[in-house]
This record gives sequence, structure tokens and C-alpha cells, in this order.
Amino acid sequence: MRIYATLVYIFLYLPIGIIALFSFSAGRSASQMQGFSLQWYGKALSNPFVVDALQTSASVAFVSAVLASVFGTMAALALTGMTGRIRVLFDAMVYVAIMIPGIVIGIATLIALVTLFDTVNPWLESLTGYRLSMGFASLTAAHVLFTMSLVIVIVRARIEALDRTLIEASGDLGAGPLATFWQVTLPLLAPAILAGFLLSFTFSFDDFIIAFFVAGSETTLPIYIFSSIRRGVTPEINAIGTMVMGASLLLLVMAQVLLRRSTKAERT
Amino acid sequence: MAMTRQKTRYLLLGPAGLWYAALLVLPLAVVLVYSFGERAAAGGYAPAFTLAQYANLGSRWAAFKNTFMLAPAGTLAALLIAYPLAYFLAVRVTARWRTVLLVLVIVPFWTSILIRSYAWIFLLGGRGIPQLLADLGLGDLRLINTPFAVLLGIVYGYLPLMVFPIYVSLEKLDKRLLEAASDLGAPPWRRFMQITLPLSLPGIATGSMLVLILLMGEYLIPQMLGGGKVFFVGNALVDLFLQSRNWAFGSAMAVTLVATMLVVVTLYMRFLRRIGAARDDVGLM
Repeated sequence: MRIYATLVYIFLYLPIGIIALFSFSAGRSASQMQGFSLQWYGKALSNPFVVDALQTSASVAFVSAVLASVFGTMAALALTGMTGRIRVLFDAMVYVAIMIPGIVIGIATLIALVTLFDTVNPWLESLTGYRLSMGFASLTAAHVLFTMSLVIVIVRARIEALDRTLIEASGDLGAGPLATFWQVTLPLLAPAILAGFLLSFTFSFDDFIIAFFVAGSETTLPIYIFSSIRRGVTPEINAIGTMVMGASLLLLVMAQVLLRRSTKAERT
Repeated sequence: MAMTRQKTRYLLLGPAGLWYAALLVLPLAVVLVYSFGERAAAGGYAPAFTLAQYANLGSRWAAFKNTFMLAPAGTLAALLIAYPLAYFLAVRVTARWRTVLLVLVIVPFWTSILIRSYAWIFLLGGRGIPQLLADLGLGDLRLINTPFAVLLGIVYGYLPLMVFPIYVSLEKLDKRLLEAASDLGAPPWRRFMQITLPLSLPGIATGSMLVLILLMGEYLIPQMLGGGKVFFVGNALVDLFLQSRNWAFGSAMAVTLVATMLVVVTLYMRFLRRIGAARDDVGLM
């Protein structure tokens, strides 16, 4: 049993481990380990296409995670204790946004936006000289849709686990609803919201398929990696891949710690 | 007071509601409408009301066939590999190690599937494992761009998602039942078949469903490890929308995919209710 488990862990970590190992190879070949060097990291980080894609990915991920956390938390708060048709409708949409494959969300957003732009652009251009097109905004908006659902699920679970007496006590001590929110509710929810933010950031940063459809002329890091892989396996991709995995890992560990801490604080 | 509270609620729901309406409901409605249309001469969409696109789905039968064969096969393979691991984590591991080992299972799932699939291109490609096998004198083996490579990628990509729900249901299992069975003289295999396995069915069902649903919309793994030879519906969709720009036909295909998934989910819910596990609370992590 233990041997079996060890084998599965090897299966899980060997491929990524080998990528990481080969990213330190000094040689030009992607299939032979020759000495140790950080040159491929240097090459990757001085490649203007990589830097550009990294900046795009990071800013899309940041903006969409901020919007998703704010809107998702607002919705989660509003949905608490809510019943009726609107509640059912919202639950359905949260569920659908998570269940529908990313590829269908990407396609749907693409054709809806292109159709909208084709209708709007002729008169918009004649009025302002400006044209709408796919890019940063459409990509961010599509990412917000998906990650907002994640935030709603996470924050709502946290709200349901909250100790209501704290909120009542705050009211009894004379705090208004707004003061209670800022001084009691929000601090209690903060770890869950932050965890939701980090997961959203990771999702958006790692997403390939939605970006593939709605990024327009923008290139995100996954899109860059995907198109480079088509040209062949190189040590530079190993280095980029290792950095991306490292970054995702760091964010996830942070999210995990935050979620754990928030449940522990509740118990004591 | 009641009125203002209601107003606050709507204000709070506003942005999220707007987002869902503009970027989920509307686009999905557009896809549905377009699926009854035609391809414009220069590509894109021309208004029409015809079922021709649906009637033509057979021309992309290969994509459906691959999806509907390889997605369940991959799910089954992941299940067979995940179950013993979940069992090990839930039953055999001490509490101290359990958290660490569980996190180690989940971590790969939350790192880019693109990079993880790339790792297998690296390993299965001509200069990876095949080269190693050739050096060992084990013959010439082609691995990349085969159904095997796609299945391997699927199992690798989705194994964590399978382990977790099964672990949760095994961990909840009441150990006293096993002791009682043992006192009554049941041998280990019988305890497993008659107690452990049936009681972990909800976990098996949840895990399989999560994996199957994600797989049905898969694009990256077949694209990267199947090299355009072993393609899924997702790959056909990319081709239809980005290369041949046949929006109407692509929409019909997307609608069919989502409809199939809905049917599968509904059947699964019914199955869960029948085995008496209507709600097995497994979060997204």
C-alpha cells in the first residue's frame, strides 16, 4: 500500500520535477542535462515577448481577481438568508458558470462580443473615431465571470460558518449596520475573501482556453507558452514553466494557509 | 427598514447580476440562436432558421466518438488509480502525515495544466522515454500523438480531482462497522466489498462526475498530446470558430456538447439519489 502511494506521488511529481531540473541545464539541448546554469532564466526574463506576456497576464489576473473578489463578496453577502426566485436564479448562474466548459464560455463570449462590436462600431467610429475590439477588457471581463463564482462559493461557505452572536453583540453595543460591517463582519470574512482573490488570480493567470478566444491581439503568458511549444521543446520553456509553477504554488499555499487560519480562529 | 434592506440586497447583487446577464446568459443565448443559423459567405454567421447544422453533426462524428470514448476511459483509469491512494490516505496514514500528503495531491491540480501537459510532451517525445527505451535496447516505440498519450495526460491532469472526493467519503466511514464485520467473521475482502466500497460510492460518483464533465470540454490535453490526431469536441470547436469560421455549425456543436453534459449530470443526480447520497459535500478544492 505504501509502495503504491509512493509510486503515485512519483507519477505526480516526476514530470514537473524533470522540467524544473532541465530548466537549470547549461546546454542548448532540451533533452540532455549538461551542467548547471541559470542562463535560461536570464534568457526568458530578457525576452521582450515573455516580459510583455507576463505583464499582460499579471495585470489581467490582478484586475479580474480584484473585481471578482469585490463583486463576489457583495453577492455572497446579499445571498445570505435570501430566499425566493432571485436566489434560485443566482444559485443557478453560479453553478452554470462553474459547470460550463471554459471552451464554451470562450466561444460564447467571442461571438457575442464580435456581433456587438460589429453592430456598434460603425456609428461609434463615425462619432468618436474609436473602435471597440477584443483585448484586455474582454479578457478581464470573461475571467471575472468565472472567478466571481469561485469567490461566491468560498465566501458564502465562510459566512454560513460565522458566529452570528458577534454581529448581534456589535449591534447591542450600539454600532450601526455599517460600523458592524467594517469592524466585525469584514475582518471575519477577510481570510476567505483573500483566499478567493488568490485562487481567482491563479485561475486567471493559468487560463489558456478562454484567453485563446477573447484575448484579441493581447498575448498572455499561457498563450505565449502554447505557441512556443508548437515550435518545439526548448530549455527556455522549461525555465518559464518552472517559474509559472513556482508562482502558482506560492499563491496556493498562501490561499490554503488563509483558509485554514480562518477556520481555526473560528474554533477557539 | 425592511424596504431599505431589500434595496441594499439588490445593490449588492447588482454588479454580479449584471456580469452574469451580460457575459453568461446573453452569450449562451447567442450561441443557441446562432446554432439555428448559417455560415455567412465570408465566414461568421448569417441569420436563418434551420436545423441543418444539427443534421450535419454527423460530419464531425470522429470528435464526438473520441470524446465519448476517451473521456469515460480516462475517468475510469483515473478512478482505478485514485481509489487505492484515497484509501491509503483515509485509512492507513496517521493524522500528522495526512494533511501534508493530501496537500501534495492537490497541489498539481492547481498548477497550470498547460505546463503539466507540456511536461509529458517533453517526456513522451522522441528524445524522452522512447530514446531511453531505445538506448536500453527495448525497441522503437512511438508514444506522443497516440490515444495512450492522451489518456496518460488525462489521468495525470485529473487524478487529484478524483482522489479528493473519494478520500472525503472514506474518511467519514464508521470504523465500528468494519470491526463488527470482523467480529462476525468476515474476511478482509468481504469487509471491503460489502462495507467500504458501497459506503464510498458517493465519493466515487462525485469524483467521476467532476472529472468526466471537465474532460468532455477538454481541449489542451488532446491538442498537445494527441497532436491533432486524437481530437475531442473541444478541438473541433476551436477549428470551427478560429480556422474555418463556421459559427453556426460550431454553435450547434457547442449546444450539443452542453446538452449532453446536462443529460449526464441529471442522470448522475438521479443515480446519487438512488444510492441514497443526495448531497456529498465536496467543495471546489
